[in-house]
Amino acid sequence: MEHAPVAIQGLSYTFGNNQPPALDNLSAVIRPGAVTGLVGPDGAGKTTLIRLMAGLFLPGGGTLNIFGLDTRTETTRLHRIIGYMPQKFGLYEDLSVMQNLRLYADLQGVTGAARQQVFQRLLSFTGLAPFQNRLAGRLSGGMKQKLGLACALIRKPRLLLLDEPSVGVDPVSRRELWRMVQELVNEEMAVIWSTAYLDEAEQCDEVLLLNEGKLMFAGPPRELTQRVTGRCFQIRNIAGNRRRVLANALQREEVQDGIIQGANVRIVLRVDRSQPDLAALSAGPEARLVPVAPRFEDAFVDILGGGPGGISVLAASMSQIEDYGQITVEAQGLTKRFGDFTAAQDITFAIRRGEIFGLLGPNGAGKSTTFKMMCGLLRPSAGIGKVVGLDLQKAPGQARSRLGYMAQKFSLYGDLSARQNLEFFSGVYGLAGARQKEIVGRMIDIFNLTPHLKVAAKELPLGFKQRLALSCAVMHEPAVLFLDEPTSGVDPLTRREFWTHINGLVERGVTVMVTTHFMDEAEYCDRIGLIYRGQMIATGTPDELKGRTESDRLPDPTLEDAFIELLHQWDDKTREAA
Amino acid sequence: MKDQLRRMKALISKEFVQVMRDPSSLLIAFVLPMILLFLFGYGVSLDAKRLKIGVAVEDSGAEAASLASSFLASPYFEARISRDARVLEADLLAGRSRGIVVIANDFSRRLHSAGTAATIQVITDGSETNTANYVQNYAQGVVSTWTTIERMKQGNASQTGARLVPRIWFNPELESRDSLVPGAIAIIMAIIGTLLTALVVSREWERGTMEAMMATPVGIGEVIIGKLIPYFLLGMVAMLGSVAIAVFLFKVPFHGSLPALLLTSVAFLLAALGQGLLISTVAKNQFVAAQVAMVTGFLPAFLLSGFIFEIASMPLPIRVLTHIIPARYLVTNLQTLFLVGDVWPLLLPNVLILLGLAAVLFFITARKTAKRLR
Repeated sequence: MEHAPVAIQGLSYTFGNNQPPALDNLSAVIRPGAVTGLVGPDGAGKTTLIRLMAGLFLPGGGTLNIFGLDTRTETTRLHRIIGYMPQKFGLYEDLSVMQNLRLYADLQGVTGAARQQVFQRLLSFTGLAPFQNRLAGRLSGGMKQKLGLACALIRKPRLLLLDEPSVGVDPVSRRELWRMVQELVNEEMAVIWSTAYLDEAEQCDEVLLLNEGKLMFAGPPRELTQRVTGRCFQIRNIAGNRRRVLANALQREEVQDGIIQGANVRIVLRVDRSQPDLAALSAGPEARLVPVAPRFEDAFVDILGGGPGGISVLAASMSQIEDYGQITVEAQGLTKRFGDFTAAQDITFAIRRGEIFGLLGPNGAGKSTTFKMMCGLLRPSAGIGKVVGLDLQKAPGQARSRLGYMAQKFSLYGDLSARQNLEFFSGVYGLAGARQKEIVGRMIDIFNLTPHLKVAAKELPLGFKQRLALSCAVMHEPAVLFLDEPTSGVDPLTRREFWTHINGLVERGVTVMVTTHFMDEAEYCDRIGLIYRGQMIATGTPDELKGRTESDRLPDPTLEDAFIELLHQWDDKTREAA
Repeated sequence: MKDQLRRMKALISKEFVQVMRDPSSLLIAFVLPMILLFLFGYGVSLDAKRLKIGVAVEDSGAEAASLASSFLASPYFEARISRDARVLEADLLAGRSRGIVVIANDFSRRLHSAGTAATIQVITDGSETNTANYVQNYAQGVVSTWTTIERMKQGNASQTGARLVPRIWFNPELESRDSLVPGAIAIIMAIIGTLLTALVVSREWERGTMEAMMATPVGIGEVIIGKLIPYFLLGMVAMLGSVAIAVFLFKVPFHGSLPALLLTSVAFLLAALGQGLLISTVAKNQFVAAQVAMVTGFLPAFLLSGFIFEIASMPLPIRVLTHIIPARYLVTNLQTLFLVGDVWPLLLPNVLILLGLAAVLFFITARKTAKRLR
């Protein structure tokens, strides 16, 4: 009998005696000729499972066979038939593209006449041929990812293991990688693709859904999505405030889950419940409830027991932000040059009070540069950045004291306890004495941090890290909140809770600027600015951007479609002009 | 077999490319050794010469003046002569001088009257004990030389009694540089063998390249050898370069033979590399690896190897500890090779001990390392 690419029987794994199991009695079979998505929130056990498959961890209990090879005992033969791309791509940054390929070819035993052919094929396949002599460390995120893939493919593996290949990579590169992997899959090869992006999971042939080390679902994503069929709706034509509509909807007992999609609100109802009364949601007279096709994410949240409520206790505890006038954040002709290279050119935008503004763009487009100039961390070569009417160059201290900043990834002090972090950041923002005590205490109550106060921040569960980071950014009640990829890699439930708070704060008059690769996050924005090749190439509401790219080919574009289409259009236009 | 050789060759050449491209490796492999060598060659000296002292000549006799001029002429002292001891005391208090020699006002009188001994008072600065000892001993030397000469002048030279005639072997001029530079070479080899090796391996863990490599058919032995050979060669090159600089630039004599030098270096490098590899199997990030390598490799090589501080004068527990510090054996062997020559009864046991240490370290490393992440 032909062996399955991966056969898992009662597999368990734990990192230590006092730790909860990283994987708990897992059983599954993965079939050849398919892309199997390994899906689940951070800390669900995705990386652990992939490392077990690669024979890098020893199973704690149960068995794991790859094409009939036991990962405990037959690792030497196992390593001849797998290709593995770890999260950091496993590239030698001091070596050139070609040197990396040669090294892996030598390690994998690709020699002789086949060698040059393989190099040629992989270089053209990944589009890296023009960059053969570039050091791997100098490649962009998307190009590193492709080189990592090429190294994993050097000796046509029978099982390709990709551990979160699309983290931190822009949508354009993500799509290219996806297309490349699709081309590779055939009856001989199985692919395992781990991801926190649920839209990617939706495109996989099969998925394994993990949560806290347990297998929640195995099968085609459609099958999971079916469980919410007939329960998904969009509230359209909302007159008034869609954020308030969402908050109201989430407080209703019959609503399981809800998010903002552009101007509309998407809700999922609980099983066998009637539709909510739109009048009670204060959605306006014109509002309609339209059934929409279910998505994988709806089902994912549903199987995990639904999202959080719609009221933010954090926002409720905040005082109304003082009115600084209509425009709270403003960029006028921001330009940044590094030598000959113009990282950002003539970027202009204005964000109104209580508005969420998103900065989108591929890696290296100038998004971070713009963001840093707006935080006062980088001095612009030309132009002015203003926060609450204060010039960031002239009054940086004052401007920053009205500004809250939450960095990408986790940027608190990992070795300090949760309480020490709160005290430190409140001190940095000038809170002291009784007022500091009161606010720190309030944050602890709001985010239920009491049981974790003495725990080092780096040891906190991910959801609590997120809460701690948010509380540190808003303790001084800033008028403006800057968020840098705030929820990348965070599971959908934590993300929903986070946006409930942000929406609540916006209702209090806080202005929000966010950079993101995550289209789900972009949907929460009131307006989006698209940055590409150092320039702001489009601005508008999410729905306007989608509308601008609607065509026969793309009758109902998603925000990601619109993003990619707008970049293409701009490329075409500049090529014509040139 | 052919596969293994090809893989090892690929890993070794990769390692060399990385060292040449990575500024931090270059810094540790080439710049740091040069700095150390020049520091010990030119900067550091353990010799006390031209010590600043005051000589208070309270006596106006001819003998007192003659003794004072002996102090002035001594190469070990830079003497300031004064009639008044109080002026010199102020210098001592302010740290401008290291001691005072007081020739009391009855010196000449006592010298000429039988039955009384003429005394000279030496005041030293006890806050720097070593220097205080030097001042005391050198002053004694000056006085006894002066006494001998005075007696000879008086035709009294045929006096009986024991006289000390010192003769210093191996380093007749007691040039501290000649024993410091060989010690510095030992430190340099410890840095490359332990610190650099621990750093480069832990960097592979940190950047995830080790993880990617572990999932290929490469064997763990090949990975280890692929790290050993490049840093072994690098260590040998650094050693030979340092010896060349020591001999040709600093003119440190080299009495040993090249084969003996190579044998000692090979044995030491194996032990140092074993230590570096062992550290990197335990510490999987560069920060921890650097700390551990500093505390277990670099600092003991500096402090406990007998390079600067005499092992015999250490407390017993620390003396026992020095026996497992590889640098201890290297320092002894290098100093012997430079200053004495091929003294095989001394060199060979040390080489064997180093090889033994290396064997133990490699054994533990091999036991600890599996082709797994944890």
